[in-house]
Amino acid sequence: MDAKFISRGQLPEWLRSLAARFAVLAPARAGSSVIYRPVDPEAPPRQPELAVKPTESAKRALFPLSEALLTFVKNQPDGKPGLELRETPPPRPCLVFGLPSCDARGFLVFDPVYAGSGTAGKFQDNYYLRRREQAVLIVKTCPRPLSTCFCNWVGGGPASTEGADVLATELKDGLVLEALTGKGARVLDSALLRPAADEQLTAAAQSRAASEAAMPPPVDISGCARALRGKFDSAGFWQGHSAGCLSCGACTCLCPTCYCFDLSDEERGSRGVRLRSWDSCMLPLFTQETGGHNPRAAKAARLRNRISHKFSFYPDLHPSLPGQDGHIACCGCGRCIRSCPSAVDIRRIVTEALGTAAEGAE
Amino acid sequence: MPNNPYLPQVATVLEVIAETPDIKSFRLRLDDEAAHAALRFEPGQAGQLSLFGAGEATFAISSPPSRKEYLQFSVLRAGEVTTALHGLMPGDKVGVRAPLGNHFPYDDMKGKDIILVGGGIGMAPLRPLLLFMLDNRDDYGKISLLYGARSPGDLAYMGEIREWMARGDLSVTLTIDREVPEWPHEVGLVPQALDKLSPSPANAVAITCGPPGMIKYVLQTLKKLKFADGQIYTTLEKRMKCGVGICGRCNIGDKYVCIDGPVFTQAQLTGMLNEL
Repeated sequence: MDAKFISRGQLPEWLRSLAARFAVLAPARAGSSVIYRPVDPEAPPRQPELAVKPTESAKRALFPLSEALLTFVKNQPDGKPGLELRETPPPRPCLVFGLPSCDARGFLVFDPVYAGSGTAGKFQDNYYLRRREQAVLIVKTCPRPLSTCFCNWVGGGPASTEGADVLATELKDGLVLEALTGKGARVLDSALLRPAADEQLTAAAQSRAASEAAMPPPVDISGCARALRGKFDSAGFWQGHSAGCLSCGACTCLCPTCYCFDLSDEERGSRGVRLRSWDSCMLPLFTQETGGHNPRAAKAARLRNRISHKFSFYPDLHPSLPGQDGHIACCGCGRCIRSCPSAVDIRRIVTEALGTAAEGAE
Repeated sequence: MPNNPYLPQVATVLEVIAETPDIKSFRLRLDDEAAHAALRFEPGQAGQLSLFGAGEATFAISSPPSRKEYLQFSVLRAGEVTTALHGLMPGDKVGVRAPLGNHFPYDDMKGKDIILVGGGIGMAPLRPLLLFMLDNRDDYGKISLLYGARSPGDLAYMGEIREWMARGDLSVTLTIDREVPEWPHEVGLVPQALDKLSPSPANAVAITCGPPGMIKYVLQTLKKLKFADGQIYTTLEKRMKCGVGICGRCNIGDKYVCIDGPVFTQAQLTGMLNEL
């Protein structure tokens, strides 16, 4: 596939040119955080923030924080009861520039759920699938891991190309862009890019190798699905790990693989929208039934569900290769550890369930 | 169900029946006549009812597939959406996403004695099963219904229940929590009434639905009466949003009540993680 080079100076211009065809998101500083911001083709060119790992995941590109699934009009012009429902038209195709490989791998967890595979329902969510099909993901090689990174425990790596359309690797004066898919090759077809020279390709390969080498060796968590099933009824285990939890939901909000949502209506007069918005299994109201019963009223039960879903329930529903553990619904980005106000550490929970905590994180 | 699982079908309220002070039944017909005619559902399946602006909530379909002219939902007024639904009048428009989930395996129950045990609004999913069985009466053995509520006024479907009591091919037992003057039926909680009835487990199945506390003790009573786990069916209630196995809130381990349920045998529940 094609390999191109873009100088740092021309990068903003290229992103602006892409914004004519795509809704482009690129990392940008917002106070002390780095978030994915739309690139405005009308605004002055701006360098994306590539030095720091984004604080949030890129999931909003394919799974907006809140989106109108339907619009409704309730009354007919003559005042009689009516109901007209309209599906929201498909959005513009999206392009994300500069997401770390963990964020791209996060969408691999969304895919089967929203395609209805692996469950009894087989319902397809075309709002997600349409976006997914059209999206272009330009993954950037992670220069060095943070202390909270553990992507290599769950099948990833700083230069993993899974789920990506282009792999970008930073050199001193610009980026080498290597197309991985047809969609990726098409966005590299630009006069602002020139073919990458051999020495640039070699430098990019060396940089990737250095990134891989900088990752501490992974902890083997095979068998985690079974181990967590075995811990399900250990109240003390979950109470201990959730003792500090404030039920703030920061973990699920920042997580690239947390895909739960709420449906709600907003209306003005007789018109309105049915919204789908991010929700969080860490909030007590998530499972609160109208009749008063709540199967996960305690924060220990909520943490147990979140961790078990990622490392046990989801892998059971979505097996990978025969004889192997299923696909783990965690991409090891470490954001839930980094941003947790009370230091709940997902790695420690999994390794302690496996009984390998001594060789685990920290 | 249409291609978009979140897009409800528009329906008109044909009739509103005040069952109790806080339960109303809504009989609906899809506005798209072809869609209504094509509607296929089974006893025990659920649906999502939308009152746009207020929101959407999940209910058991309380009419049987053998009665095609309407789709019925019985709604206990308890929260925001159900309170808004209680304001519906005939002619009003609602959204319906149905059917959802699995159903009572009535074929497996053929030739057996049937014991239905309901409490309060828990009668709603049992009603279509009972009506289906009455419409196919010869396929089943002895049919017994035990239905309880707090007070006589809290028993839903009473008009119909009086007709059932007059039939010779169905035994109906009613119970209320506390004694009231001139109440001719049982007094006491549903599990106690079940214990007193003491149905035989021989070639029988028991199907129960009601508040979580009632179900718990009904299951204990059935166990005491020597019903095996495979002979006991229940239908679960969970908070749901999408109804199609995606939004992530109604799971018990790796099972989603919206698509893997709502009907489970006690044997299945015993094999699942303990998070009811």
